Amino acid sequence: MIYDQARYTEGDKHEPLLSEKDTTTVEVGGTDSPLPDDLTRDDLTLPGLSEPELARHYTRLSQMNWSIDSGPYPLGSCTMKYNPKFTEDVAADPNAAIHPDRSADSAQGNLGLLYGLQEYLAAIGGMDAVTLQPPAGAAGEFTGILVAKAYHDHHDNDRSEVIIPASAHGTNFATAAMAGYDVVELTADEDGRVDLEALKAAVSEETAALMLTNPNTVGLFERDIVEIAETVHDAGGLLYYDGANLNALLGRGRPGDMGFDIMHYNVHKTFATPHGGGGPGAGPVGVVDDLAAFLPSPRIEKTDDGEFERFEPDHTIGKVHGFSGNWLVLIKAYAYIARLGDDGLADASAKAVLNANYLADQLELAVPYGPFHHEFAATAGDRDAADVAKRMLDFGVHPPTTKWPEMVPEAMLTEPTEIESKRTLDRLAEAFNNAYSDTDEAIETAPSRTTASRIDQVSAARTPRLSWQALDDE
Amino acid sequence: MTQTDGSPFAPHTDAETAAMLESIGVDTEADLFDIPAEVAFDGEFGIESRSEQEIRGELRRLFARNDDLTEFMGRGHYSHYVPSIVDHLSDRAEFLTSYTQYQPEITQGFLQALFEYQSMLVELTGLPVANCSMYDGATALAEAALLADRVRQTSGHRILVPEFLRDGKRSVLENYVDGAGLVVDAYPMDDGNVDREALVDLADEETAMIYAENPTVRGTIEEGLTEIGTIASDTEALFCLGSDLVALSLLQEPASVGADVVVGEADVLGLSTSYGMGLGIFATRDAFLRQVPGRLVGVGEDSDDRRAYTLTLQTREQHIRKERATSNICTNQAWVALRAAMHIASHGPDGLVDLAEDCVRDAAALADRVDRIAGYQAPVHDRHHFREFVVRSDQPADRVATALEAEGFAVHAIADHLLQICITETNAHATDELIAALQEAA
Repeated sequence: MIYDQARYTEGDKHEPLLSEKDTTTVEVGGTDSPLPDDLTRDDLTLPGLSEPELARHYTRLSQMNWSIDSGPYPLGSCTMKYNPKFTEDVAADPNAAIHPDRSADSAQGNLGLLYGLQEYLAAIGGMDAVTLQPPAGAAGEFTGILVAKAYHDHHDNDRSEVIIPASAHGTNFATAAMAGYDVVELTADEDGRVDLEALKAAVSEETAALMLTNPNTVGLFERDIVEIAETVHDAGGLLYYDGANLNALLGRGRPGDMGFDIMHYNVHKTFATPHGGGGPGAGPVGVVDDLAAFLPSPRIEKTDDGEFERFEPDHTIGKVHGFSGNWLVLIKAYAYIARLGDDGLADASAKAVLNANYLADQLELAVPYGPFHHEFAATAGDRDAADVAKRMLDFGVHPPTTKWPEMVPEAMLTEPTEIESKRTLDRLAEAFNNAYSDTDEAIETAPSRTTASRIDQVSAARTPRLSWQALDDE
Repeated sequence: MTQTDGSPFAPHTDAETAAMLESIGVDTEADLFDIPAEVAFDGEFGIESRSEQEIRGELRRLFARNDDLTEFMGRGHYSHYVPSIVDHLSDRAEFLTSYTQYQPEITQGFLQALFEYQSMLVELTGLPVANCSMYDGATALAEAALLADRVRQTSGHRILVPEFLRDGKRSVLENYVDGAGLVVDAYPMDDGNVDREALVDLADEETAMIYAENPTVRGTIEEGLTEIGTIASDTEALFCLGSDLVALSLLQEPASVGADVVVGEADVLGLSTSYGMGLGIFATRDAFLRQVPGRLVGVGEDSDDRRAYTLTLQTREQHIRKERATSNICTNQAWVALRAAMHIASHGPDGLVDLAEDCVRDAAALADRVDRIAGYQAPVHDRHHFREFVVRSDQPADRVATALEAEGFAVHAIADHLLQICITETNAHATDELIAALQEAA
């Protein structure tokens, strides 16, 4: 298949900026103003366009954008699955659009939804208590590490280090640093998993936590997870589960049963809420009983007579979001989980793992590490993975994540998810193989059929132009 | 129809599954899992699958358990009317179901929309750098404090905030800055504005950042912004100003009063009431460009020398810089930023200024009506107000709020005898009824 993306071209640019279509300046203040002039700005300059003009502008922009509804989007570690349409409708219920400071008595519907989702997530993760407040995965990580810190502090146990495998998501390192911890990086064993001996050497009375993704970022399950947990716990540390890859485990393994004390869930991955071009997501955090008292406030409980109440955990860390997190996203996640139920959740993981294995099997590229689950890291070998990826764009598929994790040279981290059919996977494999075996010139100059041809990101960063005002100044 | 087996969103027929398993060379899906038996799970979560229709009914009934109240509530989360065009265009699947723009050639549309959003923030703040979103106003403030810590020229480790700062916002701030060794201290307010004499005394070489809000959380418009900016620069602290997109359309431009960073609620446009879901503004000066948290969209050229958009300066971010990143933020609020930009565009500059002026006029008019009821004094602070104002009630505020709730209204009770009331175009139709209910509860 060959793909042609929409283009609207005007000279040396595509769809003009709003500011190039209209720029209107209005004076602010003056005699009709309700405020004295020294409390107002002087003027305001923005585009002033009619509704039909705006409808065309944004429709055109949308047509110059790839999405999961456009075609395959197998970005490794991103879990780009189909976002069921009906979840948008339930989230748009006007009765759910209430202020977060409403009294509990007058907000029983919203509290009921939050309670229900807390319960679902606790069951799915094998956790005892859940907060829904963190607005994204990285915010969930930060919440989890703050909870770990509060737990250690509560026991007068000052610890300074967080251990993280080298192949972990960058957010893990940044999170630990933001929470004030020193990062101890753990290299993998030759099979690609946690090196137990290296872990034993790394843990100490300074270990606050080990942050682990399981299956890891090349899709491998940490077979030694029980021993890993014992090693961390024996040192007095806590075991943190990064939920980025939870889509591999639904119904077949629960972090709580593996010895994890804290986990976050990426509901915009595992539970199919739309990524929205980068967000919003949600990053609920689950913990075992011993840590429940430290979770953010408020949490929701159900009374014996079926009412829902907010309560403040005894040793709460306070808040990690101004209000209650990304409410609309949480509704969609609840609806998705309810739609699938036990069997659907288990089947989602089964088909996600099946799809990854089938796709890998069709590729001419080698996959150095296995057995993998819902994602795999193929290597482009002596080809540049980023160039191969650019060429794939011309074949009507989005390429995988490239050049990460670094343990695989020229990595192409691929996660097709459960939503792709065999036919689509065959087409995806064809795009992979065609791009991989194409000429140097073809892959170095690709893409040619997308809205923009190859973009020079280096010079864009060297001379930052971050607004239309910056363009006007040139 | 109740779904009983399999995900409805996995398209595999039994025959296809069998063919795929055969191609891989295994017998069953279970053979593909490498999970030790000792930690394997039997799949019984106890979650029953329901049909789409059943779930829609279930959640409709659940949300109907929320009392149908007319809200006069603000304090950081506001209700402005969002025109239909915003819903319809932002809900286009090409926007809603796309990912972060790591392949810019095929995601020019979203990148351009985010670039336009950044540009609108540049206009509204007067500052040349705006990122393409933070989670909400609280986390944006917290990120500003961390930026102040990274760029500070003094040994300061104090962040000064108003005593009226919302509890939730302060808690988020404290959680974010604790790891950097910063402490948060409050300065007093003087009749709803910054007590500048007290602030001068408090601000010293230990101060890394001074945070002020305009409007304040009590709805007052700050009259001493220029002086606050001077106090900050005299102590070499950063001046961080909190606001929102509607207020920025009318009130003093932050750059003109010396703001180094602008944070706040961008969700006032594009999102309306959503149980506190947010969109954080983050704008700053050129000098701090490489210390900005979160994603930035920039302009470059493609190989055909056409203008093209791309995420840029990514070496600040966690996926490249890991523990030395400016922030751990990855997933952000891009789709909400798209909606805010659409909402700004649908108003245009005239519409925005009109909307903002109404926020001043309507608050003044409603406060005046409340003040004329025996048993209430409003506004408590002798200032100009934006959207909301504080009311002193002779009766305990909790009792008044509860009585109003029984009459179908929700307001904030913020202290023993203080209520807070917020008015916008979405509840203005109900002011007569609110006044009547207040009379009843006096």
